[in-house]
Amino acid sequence: MRPGSFLTPDISRAVWTVWRRNRDVFFKTYRVNFLPPLLEPVLYLVALGIGLGSFVGEIDGIMYIRYIAPALLAISTMNTAFFECTYGSFVRMYYMKTFDAMVATPLTIDEVIAGELLWGATRSFIYVSIMLLILLVFGVVDIPASLLVIPFSFAGGLLFASIGMCFTALTPGIDELNYPSFLFITPMFLFSGTFFPLSVLPDTVRYLALALLPLTHVVTVTRSLTLTHFSPFIFVSLGWIVLATAVFFLLAIHLMKKRLVT
Amino acid sequence: MSPRPPVISARNLTKYYGTEPAVNSISFDVEPGTIFGFLGPNGAGKTTTMRMIQCVSPRSGGSLSVYGMDPEVRPRAIKQWLGVVPQETNLDPEFTCRENLLVYSRYFGIAKREAERRIEELLAFVQLTEKRDVRIEQLSGGMKRRLLLARALVNNPQLLILDEPTIGLDPQARHLIWEKLRELQSEGNTIVLTTHYLEEAERLCDNLLIMDGGSILVEGAPDALVKEHAGTEIVEAEPTPEVIACLDAMGADYEVIGDMVEVMTEQSREVARRLFEECNPGRVSTRRATLEDVFLRLTGRKLRD
Repeated sequence: MRPGSFLTPDISRAVWTVWRRNRDVFFKTYRVNFLPPLLEPVLYLVALGIGLGSFVGEIDGIMYIRYIAPALLAISTMNTAFFECTYGSFVRMYYMKTFDAMVATPLTIDEVIAGELLWGATRSFIYVSIMLLILLVFGVVDIPASLLVIPFSFAGGLLFASIGMCFTALTPGIDELNYPSFLFITPMFLFSGTFFPLSVLPDTVRYLALALLPLTHVVTVTRSLTLTHFSPFIFVSLGWIVLATAVFFLLAIHLMKKRLVT
Repeated sequence: MSPRPPVISARNLTKYYGTEPAVNSISFDVEPGTIFGFLGPNGAGKTTTMRMIQCVSPRSGGSLSVYGMDPEVRPRAIKQWLGVVPQETNLDPEFTCRENLLVYSRYFGIAKREAERRIEELLAFVQLTEKRDVRIEQLSGGMKRRLLLARALVNNPQLLILDEPTIGLDPQARHLIWEKLRELQSEGNTIVLTTHYLEEAERLCDNLLIMDGGSILVEGAPDALVKEHAGTEIVEAEPTPEVIACLDAMGADYEVIGDMVEVMTEQSREVARRLFEECNPGRVSTRRATLEDVFLRLTGRKLRD
C-alpha cells in the first residue's frame, strides 16, 4: 500500500504466488484454453496461406504462406496477453474480487499486478509454443531459428500484457474495453506488416505504424526468426520492445495502484 | 505485570473521499482477546475503518496502530498476523475447497506440507471435511461463508477481521459461525467485526461502538449500552390519543413508531398496570430492551442508501 516510487514498485518473490494462482486456473480449465492455439493457425493457414496465397503467390520472394506464418505467431502473442490482462484481469479485479482477496495477505498490490502481467506473458508463451508446433507441421517456419520465437513470445507478451493492463486500470467498465479492442488491436492486426508489407503504404503511414504500433516490431522480429533472415533493423525493433515494455510495465502498476488504493 | 497493550489503537482516525469524510476523527482501542463490534447503518464508515486496519486503504489523518505498527509503514508485517473475512465472497470459483485454501496459503509463504496439515484441520473446524474436493460453485451460501472463515485462518492469525460475517445466512449457519468465533476467542484470538445484525453484536461482542456518518455515537459493552440508552424494558401499546395523553401525564419516555408506541422504562409492570387502569389501551405487551432499541434511537429510523 505504501505509495513507493514509480520506478521501484514493491515486488518480492511472492509475485510468483499470484502467477501460480492463474496458472492453476488455466490448467484446471485446459479444455477451453488449448483449443484456440491449435485451431486458429490451421484456419488462417488454410484460408489465407493456401486460399489467398494461391492468388498472391510471393511477397519479396517469399511464399505467401511462409510470409504470414510469423504474423500469426505475433498476432497470437498480442491477442493472448492483451485480452488476458484486459477482460481477464478486469473480471478478476471487478467481479470476482480476486485482487481484494490477495491484498488481504502480505502480498502488495504491486505484486498482484506484476503477477497478472507475468501470467499474461506466460499465456502468450504457451499459445505461441503450441502454434509454432502446428506451423512446424505445416513446414512453413525454419528450424532452428524459429525456436527462438518461444522465449521471444514471453517478452512480446509482457509488452501487450502491460499495455492491456493500462487500459484495464483506466476503463470505467467492462464494456468500454471494447474501445481499445476495436480502435487499437484491430488496426494493429491489419497494419503492422502482418498480411502485406508496410512498404506498399505511404511513407508517413509507415513511419506512424513503426512509431506507434508495437505489433510492427513484434512481427519484424518474429519474421526474421521464422525465415532466418536478419537485417540490422531487428535491433531497432528489439530496442523499441524493451523500452516500451519497461515503460508500460511500470505505468500499468502505477495506474492500477491509483485505481485500487483509495 | 503490566497490562498488554491494545491490539488496535486509533486516535482521531480520519478518512476523506474527496471532500467528504467517510471516517471523521474516531478514537478507539481494541483490547487483546476481546470481540469488538462496529455497528452502524450503511455509510457509517465501518468498512472504511476495516480497510484502514487491513492496510489496504491509507488514512487521511490521525494515527492508527495495529500491534504497535503503522499500517502505512509495515503493511506486510501486519498482514502476516491478520485474518480477513470480507463482506463479499471472493473465493476462486474454479477451485475446490481444499485448493482454495492451498492457493491462499501460498500468498502467506506457507510451505506446502505445513499448509496441507493446516487445511485438513481447518476444514474439520468449519465442518467442511466432506466438501474438501467439491468446487465452490456447488457450495451453499453458508458453506461459502464457513470456507471464507477457514481461509482467513490459514496463516494462524492473531487478529481476525470480519466484515458482515453472517450476512444472508440462515439461523443454523449463523449460529455455527458464532460458535466458531467464540471458540477462536477462547483460544486467545482478538476478533473485530462489523455487523448490521444487532442480535449478533449483542450476543458476541465484549465491546462495541455504534457509528453513524463517520463518527462514533457511543461505545461500551452491549448490556451497559442497552441499560444506558434504552432502559431495561420496553412497554408496547397502540398509540391512541388516549394512551399518548396518559403517557404524557405520567412523564414517560416514549416514542411512536408506526402503529405502535414504545415506552422505555425500568418498571414495565407499573407502566403497564397504569395504562390498563387509566388509559383504555387495548393491547399492551412488555419486552426486554435490546440493542436494536439503542441503535434505532441513536441512528434514527430514516432509511439509508
